[in-house]
Amino acid sequence: MTTSTEIESPDKAIPLYILSSLVENKPGVLFRITNLFRARNFNIESITVGSTEMPDLSRMTITTKSDERTVDQLVKQLRKLIDVVEVTVLDKNRTVYRELALIKMKAIEPAIRMEIINYASIFRANVLDIAKEDILVEIIGTPDKIDAFKNLVTHYGITQMARTGVSALPRGV
Amino acid sequence: MVEMNGAKALLTALEKDGVEVVFGLPGGANLPIYDALVDSRLRHILVRHEQSAAHMADGYARTKRKVGVCFATSGPGATNLITGIATAYADSSPVLAVTGQVALAMIGKDAFQETDIIGVANPCTKYAFQPRTPTEIPETVKKAIYISESGRPGPVLIDIPKDVQQASDDIPFPELVKVRGYNPVLDADLSQIGKTVELLMNSERPIIMAGGGVILSGAFSELQALAELLLIPVVTTFKGKGAFPENHPLAMGPIGMHGHAEANKIIVEADCILAVGARFSDRSVGRFDEFGKGMNIIHMDIDPAEIGKNKLVDVAVVGDVKASLKALVKMLSNEVIRREKDNPWLRRRKELIDYFSETIKDYTRDLTAKKALKKLREILPNDAITTTEVGQCQMWASLHFDVTSPGTFFSSTGLGTMGFGFPASIGAKAARPSVPVVDIAGDGSFNMTENSLAVSVLDNLPVIVFLMNNYMLGMVAQWQRTFYNRRYMGVHQNSCPDYSKIAEAYGAQGIKAQSMQELEKAIRIGLKSDVATVIDITIDPEEDVYPFVAPGTGLKDMITGA
Ligand SMILES: Cc1cc2nc3c(=O)[nH]c(=O)nc-3n(C[C@H](O)[C@H](O)[C@H](O)COP(=O)(O)OP(=O)(O)OC[C@H]3O[C@@H](n4cnc5c(N)ncnc54)[C@H](O)[C@@H]3O)c2cc1C
Ligand SMILES: Cc1ncc(C[n+]2csc(CCOP(=O)(O)OP(=O)(O)O)c2C)c(N)n1
Ligand SMILES: [Mg+2]
Repeated sequence: MTTSTEIESPDKAIPLYILSSLVENKPGVLFRITNLFRARNFNIESITVGSTEMPDLSRMTITTKSDERTVDQLVKQLRKLIDVVEVTVLDKNRTVYRELALIKMKAIEPAIRMEIINYASIFRANVLDIAKEDILVEIIGTPDKIDAFKNLVTHYGITQMARTGVSALPRGV
Repeated sequence: MVEMNGAKALLTALEKDGVEVVFGLPGGANLPIYDALVDSRLRHILVRHEQSAAHMADGYARTKRKVGVCFATSGPGATNLITGIATAYADSSPVLAVTGQVALAMIGKDAFQETDIIGVANPCTKYAFQPRTPTEIPETVKKAIYISESGRPGPVLIDIPKDVQQASDDIPFPELVKVRGYNPVLDADLSQIGKTVELLMNSERPIIMAGGGVILSGAFSELQALAELLLIPVVTTFKGKGAFPENHPLAMGPIGMHGHAEANKIIVEADCILAVGARFSDRSVGRFDEFGKGMNIIHMDIDPAEIGKNKLVDVAVVGDVKASLKALVKMLSNEVIRREKDNPWLRRRKELIDYFSETIKDYTRDLTAKKALKKLREILPNDAITTTEVGQCQMWASLHFDVTSPGTFFSSTGLGTMGFGFPASIGAKAARPSVPVVDIAGDGSFNMTENSLAVSVLDNLPVIVFLMNNYMLGMVAQWQRTFYNRRYMGVHQNSCPDYSKIAEAYGAQGIKAQSMQELEKAIRIGLKSDVATVIDITIDPEEDVYPFVAPGTGLKDMITGA
């Protein structure tokens, strides 16, 4: 069985880097980090922040499509921030990384609804809501997988979409 | 633990950390701090504009190589500090700014004189704190000073809501603080120093490029020991001017856009560059892609983020240059060094210096910027401190005023802030009252902060303003002359104001100098004076600064104006 993750995203030529950092869990930290990206012209694909096993630290996962030298600068500049306690560039081959997307599509005719539900099950996505005129699907996976699903269903008419950005942890040793 | 209010806790914490002087100006949101100052041992110096308070703290900090402190109220007081804070940030100077803020409950309500100064200061400080209880204040002060002075120094801001200044509590004064996300690298990286030795020993035409980091670190004797051991010529950046005595037989002066011709020339002929505490700024290296092409570059810097930022290098030594240079000299002492004093590379150095001193001619008038600055050097004692304003005056100082005693020359180099030099000279005088302090100024820059004359006079901090007066925003005029076909716009000062009268109005003395003779007399009077002396020196408005490396070109494309 071919899995959807093998479907290539159009700009795969530029590698995606995943950075994982521990930051102080206090007000103003997110501002300082995003302000750094803006001030130094770093281009960020996604950024997620949430709690960790340590109450006073948050984990921030940042993804960026860039070159090695720029990522090296990004890491060093992040480390300079006093609220940033740790930053590592994750090796994608030894990392579990996932994103969640909610996609709402126009789907009135039963045949179309069935098509979408079929696609969803191939992608191991869940249908969370069906209303008179639309279907809401939840999909979890790598950004590539979500892009692939999105490309597949775009022509039905995506009425709303929300993506969380990537969360990641290194695999166990 | 002692019961006191937040304002008293602030001043006590500053005193405990060795702070003696604060520069500031009060307002509604820092009144409790000013009330506490009445009973404090701290010397408060009242400024006439908060920007100058930050520059004074900066001049003080650069002179003492420890934190300089300034106070302002919320809103406009705090935003007035920002130019000075950004100036200190660009030049890695340890300034601590303490601002008042509206009461906690009023934050976010667009209260009177409320500004989100934490947000404003974020991009130009190492960190900005806002303590929310009086008990946090001493710990915050200790952290702020530690962050400001250590590693790569820089400004830090503490914003204290008025009710936090006012509230009383049992206040703890910790002896030690830890900031877990902040771990500056200080020790020398010995493995990289091994590689440095290898490159230096195998190079035929090595050059040292000393930057501001040497001055911040105070690594003067270490640098000199290295240069003398290997007989390496030393160029500096403009910020690094005076990191190495400029009358030393190995000294070549600053490189860059307005560098010394011989320095710009020799660095492109080198085969190995040892950059010591320099960040490869566009002003010093010209084009990043061209600079150091085909040469080995070794970079010693305390800030890991500077490695590879503007220039990819062959060896990077992260750490305090004082430790790195010491370790390097020690490791070199195991090597057999066979460099003769009379070698082709040092002969080339001499040849370049002789060539350019012949070809770059001064203007023929009696009084020129060059002659004026040479005269100033001749008369000033070696340990005198000089600061500069920004523009042609600054570049003339770079070219024609030799700094012979390391760490006595301070200029706004990274931001190029007009108005820095005069208040900074007052801050330097407060830090080291025993030596003469001179601000090498331009008229336009002096206009920006000349009201600090009041501070100089009233607080008994006499300095000399060496005003190279072309009644012109001369540096801008030079660019308009060179790149815009003499279409002058917005550069003429039209003989306004009369600087002697300005000086006199503040109770300082003003002396006009229109000849070399008058100038010499004026300098001698200024050195003896117990009030500030403004020496108004008539400079031809068409006098250009040369050499010049046009923006976007490389050091090899230098125009010497000959
Ligand atoms: C009108 C004008 C013209 C100018 N023209 C020139 C010019 O011709 N040539 C020129 O060079 N500049 C010129 N400048 C200045 C220029 O803009 C830069 O400010 C300057 O080149 C920076 O020099 P720097 O890299 O030595 O110093 P800094 O900006 O002071 O950088 C210091 C470096 O040392 C590091 N450091 C700090 N402390 C330590 C320590 N303890 N140990 C190790 N490393 C440390 C820092 O991390 C940093 O990388 C000009 C400025 C103006 C306003
Ligand atoms: C605050 C600020 N505004 C504008 C500039 C741009 N600028 C750089 S040099 C200069 C002229 C400075 O004039 P002056 O102090 O008289 O020095 P001169 O060049 O005439 O010697 C100006 C306007 C600046 N560096 N700083
Ligand atoms: Mg002028």
